[in-house]
Amino acid sequence: MKMAQKPLGFMLISTAIIFLLFLVMQPLEVLHYRESLAVLFPKGLIGIEQRNLLLIIQALMLIVIIPVYILTFIFSWRYSAHHTDATYDPDLVDNKLAEFVWWGVPLVMTLIIGTLTWVKTYELDPYKPIASDKKPLTIQVVALQWKWLFIYPEEQVASLNFLQFPENTPLHFVITSDAPMNSFWIPDLGGQIYAMPQMKTELNLIANTTGDFRGSSANLSGEGFAGMHFIARSSSEEAYQKWIASAQAGYTLDAPTYTELAKPSQDNPVTLYHLGESSLFDQIIMKYMHPVKL
Amino acid sequence: MSDSLTIHHTREPFPDTSVPDPHQDIFSKTTLGFWMYLMTDCLVFATLFVTYAVLRHNTFGGPDSRTLLELPTAFIETLILLTSSLTSGLGLLAAKRSHRTALLGWFALTFVLGASFVAIEMHEFTQFVHAGHSWTRSAFLSSFFTLVGTHGAHVTSGLIWMCIMMGQVFFHGITVANFRRLVLFNMFWHFLDVVWIFIFTYVYLIGVL
Amino acid sequence: MLGRLTFEAFLHEPSQNFAVLMMTLSGLAILGWITYLRKWKYLWDEWFTSVDPKRIGIMYIVVALLMFMKGFADALMMRLQQAFASGDVSGILSAGHFQEVFSAHGTTMIFFVGMGVVFGLMNLIVPLQIGARDVAFPFLNTVGFWLFAGAANLTVISLAIGHFSTAGWLAYAPLSGLEYNPGEGVDYWIWMVQIAGVGSTLSGINFLVTILKMRCPGMTFMKMPIFVWSALCSMVLVVFAFPILTATLVMLTMDRYLGMHFFTAGGGGNPMLYINLIWAWGHPEVYILILPAFGIFSEVVPTFSEKRLFGYTSMVWALILIAFLSFIVWLHHFFTMGASPLVNAFFAVMTMLIAIPTGVKIFNWLFTKFRGRVHFTSPMLWFFAFVLNFSVGGMTGILLSSPPVDFQVHNSLFLIAHFHGMVIGGLLFGFFAGFTYWFPKFTGFFLDEQLNRYAFWCWLTGFLLAFMPLYMLGFMGATRRLDHYEAATGWQPLFVIVAIGAVLILIGALIQFFGLFWSIRNRKKLWAGSDPWNGRTLEWAIPSPPPIYNFAIVPTVDQLDPLWAMKRGQLNLFNQPYEDIHLPKNTPIGLMIGFLSMTFGFAMTWHIYWLALLSFLAIIACIVIRCSGKDEHAIIPAAEVKKMEAAYKS
Repeated sequence: MKMAQKPLGFMLISTAIIFLLFLVMQPLEVLHYRESLAVLFPKGLIGIEQRNLLLIIQALMLIVIIPVYILTFIFSWRYSAHHTDATYDPDLVDNKLAEFVWWGVPLVMTLIIGTLTWVKTYELDPYKPIASDKKPLTIQVVALQWKWLFIYPEEQVASLNFLQFPENTPLHFVITSDAPMNSFWIPDLGGQIYAMPQMKTELNLIANTTGDFRGSSANLSGEGFAGMHFIARSSSEEAYQKWIASAQAGYTLDAPTYTELAKPSQDNPVTLYHLGESSLFDQIIMKYMHPVKL
Repeated sequence: MSDSLTIHHTREPFPDTSVPDPHQDIFSKTTLGFWMYLMTDCLVFATLFVTYAVLRHNTFGGPDSRTLLELPTAFIETLILLTSSLTSGLGLLAAKRSHRTALLGWFALTFVLGASFVAIEMHEFTQFVHAGHSWTRSAFLSSFFTLVGTHGAHVTSGLIWMCIMMGQVFFHGITVANFRRLVLFNMFWHFLDVVWIFIFTYVYLIGVL
Repeated sequence: MLGRLTFEAFLHEPSQNFAVLMMTLSGLAILGWITYLRKWKYLWDEWFTSVDPKRIGIMYIVVALLMFMKGFADALMMRLQQAFASGDVSGILSAGHFQEVFSAHGTTMIFFVGMGVVFGLMNLIVPLQIGARDVAFPFLNTVGFWLFAGAANLTVISLAIGHFSTAGWLAYAPLSGLEYNPGEGVDYWIWMVQIAGVGSTLSGINFLVTILKMRCPGMTFMKMPIFVWSALCSMVLVVFAFPILTATLVMLTMDRYLGMHFFTAGGGGNPMLYINLIWAWGHPEVYILILPAFGIFSEVVPTFSEKRLFGYTSMVWALILIAFLSFIVWLHHFFTMGASPLVNAFFAVMTMLIAIPTGVKIFNWLFTKFRGRVHFTSPMLWFFAFVLNFSVGGMTGILLSSPPVDFQVHNSLFLIAHFHGMVIGGLLFGFFAGFTYWFPKFTGFFLDEQLNRYAFWCWLTGFLLAFMPLYMLGFMGATRRLDHYEAATGWQPLFVIVAIGAVLILIGALIQFFGLFWSIRNRKKLWAGSDPWNGRTLEWAIPSPPPIYNFAIVPTVDQLDPLWAMKRGQLNLFNQPYEDIHLPKNTPIGLMIGFLSMTFGFAMTWHIYWLALLSFLAIIACIVIRCSGKDEHAIIPAAEVKKMEAAYKS
């Protein structure tokens, strides 16, 4: 039988070194990139809850994975064909206790992680409003080819490829698309949800601090998809009001302007509008439900 | 290598299908394989059914199943198709008894019934299209035409298969291979019957009542 | 006359022109080389018209490896693009071309590399391990292969004529609909996937019937090798899942060709329905790919531990459980589509449950090594790397299966890192292990072990370098499928590292490729014999390469690991007399059906409807001709078999 000639130790140690290197690299990378690791260091309550859940699940799983890694290395070393002192039992095919452990422990882990997930899925339902004494700010989001339109129905303004809101205020996003499926994602604040034509999805987020947060589309929607990033700015209440005022003095967004805007284009600059058509968002959704086009 | 091989044409006597052939077992393998194919076909129809279920109310301002579909037509189609299953079954019985003429007769009848089914369905479709309710009108109509039309396409394939098989029987008699194919055909034809029952119930009955 | 095919279809951007040139030159080189060696008749008689599963299996793997080169070239282009395209630099590929490249990459790797190696191994190993001489339906086998090859050819054609789809490997609606993608790209994709899918379904039925009906006497279900169990479960998944794909693609075709409204944004269509249906197929598909890899490890680990597999019954139930569960988890691919928390949570828990039987398998493999005598041949190196990498992939899978976490990593590079860990760390490493393990059986000589090891180290480090940073990038908010990103994101250094990893993998692949030729050249020195690894299963009981009939005498078994039992004197495997052996005759009709399906797909893509109709009718004619033909097969008389066996033994 043609078998390995190289020392086993070389292989095991090399693999161990490679893996340890990568293991050590992770926290170093995290430290180095902590400014940009939006998912691990989010700036909003929802994102923080999601991050905590991630870390808990990760920690629980290590309870199973670390023994697997240790066993892999130990068994490879101890029972190598070179080590003739180890017991050799070619017909050892069964052990009820072992089976019980490795069916049972993962089952228990799954029940724990599953229960935790179940509870958190309800708690962090994107449609669930965020409890706060501040009145929520409703922002309607329309994914277009290949830009984002943000409509503020109460303030009667709209903004292209940029949005602003006051910090510590619950944000109630209502999302649709006048384009193929997109996904509305601001990782610094929390998870994403799909933007779909003729559908209305909702996302509730909140920013704990001020700052500029990068948002993008997370679902392929055509040629200009990569350019669909925008800035979400969390500011003080005064700065926000000033921004609203400047939008109200901006261009008019009425039906013809919108129709022109909805045509495919890329690299659109940030533009502010005041809303000429107050029920624009609903009309955008309606046109997919009814034979008569907008 | 090829020199030591001889070509052997199988012209075995009529098989006793009650006793398995220990060496080749072609009959049982082929029928099992064909069953599996029918199950995959069943899943195709299941997918189309699920789609119909999801889309049947998306009429986009056009007609819905209540206004569009006519039960008498569907009822006649059902009777025709069920009868054709009966006649094909009787044809298979004739084949088992090696009655070639009876076999051909029953299958000719099956063909006529099947062709009538397809003709009535085509007529129904043509009527809808002429009235402006074509498959481009709405999601409901798209899924209706596709589900019912796929069944009709299967029936049409069955008719073509029947013709070819009857030609085989006419020229070569009821051989081992022909008998096996008749059995497969009957499985196919009965399967289409079962699918039609579901269509009749879910699309027509529930759609109209 | 030529539908919508015009001269423009042959004109491309410089980068695409280059790719077409390379491909044409290498294609011509191969064709020229075969012509120079005057091997066309040999290839036609012995390979292209063959119904021998051993030949068909090798052809599947050859096509899969060729398609791997194409898919990997796509990957390298993507990595290069993303390493450069930061800020003002727009990179070597335009956005449209980049999107074609990643769509082709995914489609090629899943349908042609993944399914190719799976069906290749099924053909090679399953009949041998169950003691059979052939599969249940040899003609269907060749049809299945040539449909696969015809579809693969369409991929190659799509590179040269017109553009491929830019809608990703699953072509989500409504992006893949007429409104947003009226061109030929999505149609190419539809037909190549549809044709390959039909081939897969037919092969699935074939292997199911083979395993159910053609096991040798005494081989009950619980005495089958685990690889055969994994094949059985995988084929059950094929037969249940692929029809869903067939129907869904038909509906997308109806939308695009007849203006229907299944998945359109308006007209009452429902794009979410497409996503549900495509993933109802898509999730079982990934299990179709991974279960045979698990089966391979269940063969490799016991053999190189000189020990029986630990927990056989447990392993069987784990396979069955994984197969069953794989049908009720599909929604985890779109937690972010806005379903209610109840629905999301249900599918989350179902997904987590799959981790249990998978973990059971890993423990059973580890405990197979316990108190064994482990030899670290390259297949065991691949197994080692599999355990380490697949576990990471599994962990990240559990993270992804939790909806609140998924909301933050869905469609980001975190997801990419996860599934490549499963597909490369699981399927590909498994295939490499199986390839090395069974290569001597079908050729009679070993693959060079030292070169295998060099390749292994390149793959391991390359893989870690190319995919670990993607987890970080995902956490930074980098989504998948980006042809360009702003400099302010700070992502570029990680993309450069990832590109280096891809190049390292390339070196590993080149070493493997070179190693294949090197081994063929040195085959006399690397001679292996019929049982080089002290095997336990039936395939090692016959000569290497196996005779055309596999077993001169059909074996009789009464326990697991029958060959070990025979070596220990507990069992006489071949206790029947020699008998006449019936073999199916070669036929060109499989190849013709494959070729015609390729012309059909091409014609439909370009709306050349007369050609499509002609191809379709010709396929029907082929089937009718075949089924009207006399049941011809060749017979090797018993005396001849005895002589052939004696010749092999000497």
